[in-house]
Amino acid sequence: MTVVLVLVVVTALAFDFTNGFHDTGNAMATSIATGALKPRAAVALSGALNLVGAFLSLSVAATIASGLVDTQLVTPTVVFAGLTGGIVWNLLTWFLGIPSSSSHALIGGVVGATLAAAGAHAVQWQNLVSKVVIPAGLSPVIAGIVATVGTWLVYRISRRIATGARDRGFRYAQIGSASMVSLAHGTNDAQKTMGVITLALIAGGSLPPSAKAPLWVIVACAIAISAGTYIGGWRVIRTLGKGLVEIDPPQGMAAEASSAAVILLSAGLGYSLSTTHVATGSILGSGVGKRGARVRWGVAGRMATAWLVTLPAAGVVGAVSYVVADGIGGTAGVVVVFLVLAAVALGIYLRSRRTAVTPSNVNEEWAGSSVVPPSEQTPTPASA
Amino acid sequence: MTQWINLPAIGNILLLGLVFGAGLPALVAVGVTMLDTGRTSGTDGTARVAASPARQTVAYLCFAVVLAAIAFGIYEVVTG
Repeated sequence: MTVVLVLVVVTALAFDFTNGFHDTGNAMATSIATGALKPRAAVALSGALNLVGAFLSLSVAATIASGLVDTQLVTPTVVFAGLTGGIVWNLLTWFLGIPSSSSHALIGGVVGATLAAAGAHAVQWQNLVSKVVIPAGLSPVIAGIVATVGTWLVYRISRRIATGARDRGFRYAQIGSASMVSLAHGTNDAQKTMGVITLALIAGGSLPPSAKAPLWVIVACAIAISAGTYIGGWRVIRTLGKGLVEIDPPQGMAAEASSAAVILLSAGLGYSLSTTHVATGSILGSGVGKRGARVRWGVAGRMATAWLVTLPAAGVVGAVSYVVADGIGGTAGVVVVFLVLAAVALGIYLRSRRTAVTPSNVNEEWAGSSVVPPSEQTPTPASA
Repeated sequence: MTQWINLPAIGNILLLGLVFGAGLPALVAVGVTMLDTGRTSGTDGTARVAASPARQTVAYLCFAVVLAAIAFGIYEVVTG
């Protein structure tokens, strides 16, 4: 394997890791917000289930880009540049506490890099719109409707029993449905990175065309996404759990059941929907379905804006990365872009430490943004 | 139009989504409601009165259906 291919694999696993922590909230934000699970227990459970989920379905092939770009024109450098776009966008949106689709970031990056490498004819625009853009617009609506109906039914059916007894039962159900979302996430999203690595290995000549993912790729991707999930993207978890709707156990159960059902059904019917878009729609629906619940549409609007920008933004980063890597040329070009990417990632991480969201302050009252204002930070014991 | 939007798939996801995604939580709610009598006993009022056998049967039937649906979902993921 060449140096370039090794860097592509490392970058792909790094993307998989960001995919993990960016999406922990999709499954676990509601359980953390309602106290059904302690924050650390929630991310541990979700991480373990992502690991299991990654091994559940073994029909992995290089499918992420097929149908969207002409894979004949994809080189390892194109894949590398696309991954760079995906990682940068994932880190920026995580920093801002915005749940945005990791799949969209990856697709945007790869399309952008392909555009820069081979021109507009290499992109299948109609498929991009019909398989990626339109589903993104519809999925929150579908999940929202399901969660609204579910929430309304649950409150209607259980209206006569005391809140305490009701919430105890629903917390268990909430943990169960959130576990299903984690499992589905491991299955769907880890496979995307497996597909990307396989694509790069085929493009680089290490694997024959139409090869399946080798075992080491499956194992490495499973571990990367699981580790990312376990780290927990607390900024995104906070936005999903506290920012959109004040969530009670019946709502949390309905939201996660809706997410699990819609994600599994869409994967089963071959009409893949983004976990993030579905989860956000479900949580909004759980607010709409409960009488008197407050839904912060402003926060939702901000997310929707980020979703619209995801494809082009990751695409621009992917394209620029390709132009730079290709301009310098060869192995050196890829190494330079890799180092820049590492520096950017480190910079965003260090900046995030100043306004860190942690397991201990993730559930603080919402005050306009995912960043916890200093006055509300849980004070550390002065001398204990 | 159909080449842009896959209406059959969307219709199926919405319909089956409502059956599983909204129906299963509703069944859990039925089960939890059946188990709760809303009455307490004992001098301190903390011990809860158990539901009648009929109510318990309905409740556990609901939970069994939910668990079966989850098992079916996992089976679909593994084989699909």
